Amino acid sequence: MTVHQLSVFAENKSGTIQRVLDLLKEGNIQIIASTIADTTDYGIYRIICSEPTRAYETLREAGISVNLTDVFAVTLENEVGKAADTIKLFSDAGIDISYLYSFMLGNKGILIFRTKDSDKAREIIMLNKLNFVAEKDLSSLI
Amino acid sequence: MSRPEIEKLQLERLQRVVKHCMNSPFYKKRFEEINLKPEDIKSLDDLKKIPFTTKQDLRDTYPFGIASVPLEKCTRLHSSSGTTGNPTVILHTEKDLQEWAKAVARCLHMVGLRPSDVFQNSSGYGMFTGGLGFQYGAEHLGMLTVPAAAGNTKRQIKFITDFGTTALHAIPSYASRLHEVMVEMGIDPRKDTKLKTLIIGAEPHSEEQRKRIEEMLGVKAYNSFGMSEMCGPGVAFECTEQNGLHIWEDYYIVEIVNPDTLEPVAEGEVGELVLTTLNREAMPLLRYRTRDLTRVLPGECPCGRHHKRLDRMKGRSDDMIILKGVNIFPIQIETILLQFKELSTDYLITLETKDSNDDMTIDVELNDMFTDDYGRLQSLTKEITRQIKDEILVTPHVRLVSKGSLPKSEGKAVRVKDLRKTF
Repeated sequence: MTVHQLSVFAENKSGTIQRVLDLLKEGNIQIIASTIADTTDYGIYRIICSEPTRAYETLREAGISVNLTDVFAVTLENEVGKAADTIKLFSDAGIDISYLYSFMLGNKGILIFRTKDSDKAREIIMLNKLNFVAEKDLSSLI
Repeated sequence: MSRPEIEKLQLERLQRVVKHCMNSPFYKKRFEEINLKPEDIKSLDDLKKIPFTTKQDLRDTYPFGIASVPLEKCTRLHSSSGTTGNPTVILHTEKDLQEWAKAVARCLHMVGLRPSDVFQNSSGYGMFTGGLGFQYGAEHLGMLTVPAAAGNTKRQIKFITDFGTTALHAIPSYASRLHEVMVEMGIDPRKDTKLKTLIIGAEPHSEEQRKRIEEMLGVKAYNSFGMSEMCGPGVAFECTEQNGLHIWEDYYIVEIVNPDTLEPVAEGEVGELVLTTLNREAMPLLRYRTRDLTRVLPGECPCGRHHKRLDRMKGRSDDMIILKGVNIFPIQIETILLQFKELSTDYLITLETKDSNDDMTIDVELNDMFTDDYGRLQSLTKEITRQIKDEILVTPHVRLVSKGSLPKSEGKAVRVKDLRKTF
């Protein structure tokens, strides 16, 4: 139901992201999705990849400040309004979403989000029989 | 006073003060240890026989261990802002406060201030000696005083215009700030105020900075030098020649020594300033190492005064930082940073002038990415900022940087980068 996401501390200076990407490339780890927001001094570079645990170890050993976080990954049909309908289920249940990003993979849409109410979120996913990506699926996604 | 007159008076006062110091448990022990007696001081040259006094001595004897009078004879104390280890405390008797006021009044008189002037003081009052020190000095001279104290720039400007302030005491960066706000308020300091004299000190600044401030505000700006161990302001001051600060030699004996060998430097060379107080009662200090680097300017001052002139301070022989008039030791900041497990032990303090304001940025390395939440990272920097502000009284800009990007702590890492154009 949840997958591991890498959260890398990214100082606002040139070469920071490049270094992370190079390390993942050398480790033969494929990136499925990634996102970064711009703030004044630093950002958090969030990555979904083929082998999160190995990627985490690789980055850590290279001295990079990285965190492994559980995020929800819900699969949606490629239809108009699917994201709205899905998120409504969570907001109606009073679940706050800390951040969210989405991407298309093959013919499916994938919503990645993090919430502090993970137990409640699990319940919603089960009750509504939503499709999701599990950790073991990541390496076969691509 | 001519040189021979000054030196005669200095010897008399030195002999008196050394005798008086035998009432201090600290100095009594010091003298006994090396078998030195007050009678052994027969000439000014004999001063060299007396051991140095250091800031550490003040800390070790905290709070009252150096005092040469019983506490009931004292009427005030001032204490340094630093709280690493013990702060330093200076005690004053009623007579000390009067002498201090006289010394400050003499400085202000030297730059042409008279009872008809209106003197506004934008220093913090309280423990910071620039507040009460200038207050009593200006009152002693008989000026109308405006104890505006620090901050509230708009109100400060209203006082200047409404009360016809002619003389202002401000740290240099605040003088620039006042000008900025005046411009925003549509006030031309040259036309709309009566300001003519500015007293600047407590913060290192360059000659260019002084000229700029003089130009902006339409004033003459005079450098002031003091330190809380030597009462505060009133130790040395520029005359209207604006070329070196006359140090009052009837109050202090000046020595310039090599900070490594502690031997006197050749005439006119830069070294550490060492001062002996000549007429302090509560807490005289003998051969106090100020840690300020300067030199005695050779030659006579065209103003005709024979009191020696100190050059602008050239820096410090220790790692003390002076920012916005506050004395800061990097160890104070380091002690706080070490308590945060999220950080590595490396850090870098950068001092720079931004929009005519002196700022401190502290880069800290995030050791462990303990969260993936911006809010938690922000509250971490906020908490670090708050704790440092509580300690050093100046708000730094704390910046998280990647692990390994700062100079390493092994060997002699550069911890402080001073990009201000000062010394």
